[in-house]
Amino acid sequence: MSVEELSAKEQIRYSRQLMLDGFGMDAQLRLKNATLLVVGCGGLGSPALMYLASSGIGRLRLMDDDLVELSNLQRQVLFKVNHLGQPKAKAAAKVLASLNNEIAVEAIVTRADANNLDELVNDSDLVLDCSDNFATRYAVNRSCYAQKKPLVSAAASGFNAHLAYFDFRRAASPCYECVFPEREDNPSDNCATQGVIAPLLGIIGAQQALLAIQCILGTGETGVVHSYNAHTLGQKQFKLPKDPDCDCCGK
Amino acid sequence: MQIFINDSAFEVPEKASAEQALVTFGAKPPFALAVNGQFVAQGQYQHLALQDGDRLDILSPIQGG
Repeated sequence: MSVEELSAKEQIRYSRQLMLDGFGMDAQLRLKNATLLVVGCGGLGSPALMYLASSGIGRLRLMDDDLVELSNLQRQVLFKVNHLGQPKAKAAAKVLASLNNEIAVEAIVTRADANNLDELVNDSDLVLDCSDNFATRYAVNRSCYAQKKPLVSAAASGFNAHLAYFDFRRAASPCYECVFPEREDNPSDNCATQGVIAPLLGIIGAQQALLAIQCILGTGETGVVHSYNAHTLGQKQFKLPKDPDCDCCGK
Repeated sequence: MQIFINDSAFEVPEKASAEQALVTFGAKPPFALAVNGQFVAQGQYQHLALQDGDRLDILSPIQGG
């Protein structure tokens, strides 16, 4: 059931969006009526979720089975010292609910995999991949493709990051595996082995939130991959044609 | 002729293929290749003849987040 008006408080809370050219009440109601599944509440999930919650996405579902550790606090800005040892999804849900008490936030303390994703993805309007491993990335991509749900995917390590939007409601959309096919020799580097510069997560996580809002408003362009270099502050974008030989979305 | 790989200039023979350029650069799989802002499927690397001034970008997959 969709909500068709904003309360007086919501109109004040979102006033700086409502006054934007090309945004307005219709756009804000679209955000309010949207359900997003965010896989991973770490470095990318933190800033993405803070902006999605504050912007007024009506229902956020957070999926993560990790616990908050001291080494997370350098970049996972949702968490504070008092969250150490707590499940990230639950701690994140508490913080986000206090950031915006007009939205629904649900913690799912479970590792995302091929067995549990389809139902959750199908119940969402859009999925954000903020995970930290290839196995989850491929599972999320496949589930979103199978359920025909748009996916905003991002990854960051060291001083580099990637960001992409795949709108699987469009048959011609490429997928994550069109860029990076699943391989046994995929690099094992991650934030734990290679490190990561903290503000990079903020830059890319915020762009994931922006792409999510664009998707909800119907303005996102599918099949564009962005690459960011935190040394030069340079961002490049690349067009991705659908790969007819792709193991996931090809023939 | 001169091409650019990840923003650095390289000299390659006229009509060199993308695959030759990748060998010149020493690209280590796995990676994705974009030429002038568009990704190229792996099966096309040996058939794609490069032109002077082409800009190649080699992206390695990243899993962290």
